[in-house]
Amino acid sequence: MDIYLLEAIINGLLLGGVLALLSLGLNLIFGVIDVVWICYAEVVMAAMYAVFWLYSALGWPLLVACAVGIAFATVLGLLVHVVVIEPILGSAPINQLLATGGLLFFLQSLATLLFGTDFRNLGIRLPVLEFGGIYVSFSRLIAFGVALVGAVGLYLFLARTYLGTAIRAIAQDREVMGLMGANERRIYILTSAIGGGLAGLAACLLVLQYDVHPFIGLTFGPITFMVCVLGGLGNMIGGFIAAFIISQIIAVGGYYFPVEAAEVLAFVFFIVMILIRPQGILGK
Amino acid sequence: MSGARGLRFLLYLPLAAAVAAPFFMSDYFQHLAVQIAIWSLVYTAWALMGRFRLTSLGHGAFLGVGAYVPTLLWNNFGVTPWLGIPLAMALSVALALIVGYPCSRQKVVGHYFALVTLALGQVVMLVIVAAREVTGGSLGMTPRAVGRSWYALQLPNKAEFYAVALVAWLIGLAAWRFVERGMIRLALESIAEDEDAAEAAGVDVLREKLKITALSTGLTALGGALYAQYLMYLSPDAMSGVGISLEIVFAAIAGGMYNMLGPTVGAAFTILLTEGLRVLFGTHFIGAANTIYGALLVVFIIFMPRGIVGTAERLLLQPRQPVAAQPAE
Repeated sequence: MDIYLLEAIINGLLLGGVLALLSLGLNLIFGVIDVVWICYAEVVMAAMYAVFWLYSALGWPLLVACAVGIAFATVLGLLVHVVVIEPILGSAPINQLLATGGLLFFLQSLATLLFGTDFRNLGIRLPVLEFGGIYVSFSRLIAFGVALVGAVGLYLFLARTYLGTAIRAIAQDREVMGLMGANERRIYILTSAIGGGLAGLAACLLVLQYDVHPFIGLTFGPITFMVCVLGGLGNMIGGFIAAFIISQIIAVGGYYFPVEAAEVLAFVFFIVMILIRPQGILGK
Repeated sequence: MSGARGLRFLLYLPLAAAVAAPFFMSDYFQHLAVQIAIWSLVYTAWALMGRFRLTSLGHGAFLGVGAYVPTLLWNNFGVTPWLGIPLAMALSVALALIVGYPCSRQKVVGHYFALVTLALGQVVMLVIVAAREVTGGSLGMTPRAVGRSWYALQLPNKAEFYAVALVAWLIGLAAWRFVERGMIRLALESIAEDEDAAEAAGVDVLREKLKITALSTGLTALGGALYAQYLMYLSPDAMSGVGISLEIVFAAIAGGMYNMLGPTVGAAFTILLTEGLRVLFGTHFIGAANTIYGALLVVFIIFMPRGIVGTAERLLLQPRQPVAAQPAE
């Protein structure tokens, strides 16, 4: 096989890890609260700026900056729910989606106000690894590894802990769980905070690879939605698989065509799949 | 509702004055008025679908087709926009139906519909960027300028273009009125309420959905075409993609998507607000204006889901109705 094609496939696999991590948080929130955060990628963007600012402007160690960035995104996720979603929990789901869309503009503009529209980066150059003629970016490898660990961690939390069980129960049957004495509000807030935290984790990984600017959410936000819907909104395992399908289409398509054409291919594939299987690849 | 009718008539007088006023104003205000008229058309077109819970987050796709097709035809083949624009509208409708048909067949609604349309908007934007040889990619492109010409629909005189934009706006309102008064409104309202029940009652769900989709997307393309002709500059970010698609949705909702003049008020509100905030803050605080705008949007959707006009109507026309008597949503 062509070595460049192999390289494209491996890089696609690594990109898939980050997409999977991005989709996890969004899927968790949708599965439990039945809300689509259109601003999810903007929460990631905000956390990227937090890490950038702590590391570059304040000179904190990178790991500490990342930890604080994750904490910041966790609080932001909690606030999104309490301030924006909770007041309209009873109205049409599409209103909730649109309210978070308003938040998208707000976060974008606030970032522009605070940091300007310049592209910023940490200025860290991680080495590029070579395996038998195949070049792999080290930062992508880290991202892939951490994404997998994050996914497994979330799985264990949901499967093995009491709170995780409560979250899954609410996702299965909202009304009955309320009657059983589960505190829905607490579960929702907890879920939003975890979703925000996952966005923060993704931000730490993305900020190593990409420049951050106020509109970066618009570049990978749509891909994240696509991954989630393709896997079946709320279906975390489906989202995980879909992340790797989409990333392969983009990576291998990018080998044969220009990058934008590869993305068009991914979006068209998504639209066709949704029209064939609206419930997603793993939906019931 | 005879009292309401009288009130409505009273409301039309200042409206007519407001519509005519820009003809006598400076270039700057005419510039704002042209933008308000064109975007009113686009927002009205979106609301034609949005009011029936067909929440499209991808109308940028049709705006983009409407903007780029006539310009590409004009620049490369010298085809007049008078032909290019209808063609762009037809292409937009075709694109909408290609996606809308299976969407309706498969009952893709709610979140899924929103996200599929979002992807469609992204596809058109990426295609425009990818075809950079003819479209100029992210840098954008300009229609070949020939000075003032009705044939090329290039009217540097802002008052003239305002007249054209007004006609387009009125076409949008006429479409709204046509829907409002027709059986199609009842059919689509019943579909929005409960699709299966509507189907059981004999409503041709697929047909009605496709009809409103065609009307809405065709008019959006018209708006996109006029905007490109007016600005004489096209870019993929301004004419398609997620950002502009969401702006369309928000302005229509802010104004009120259940009233004929709601989207128009939304256009005036958003454009005057951004312009006002821009003047207020100047260039020192880039983003300050939009930060306030974004916060306002959230507040609107939470507290005034019926928008400015819808809320005003409730307050003005039904002042005595007790709150408790309103049906819970």
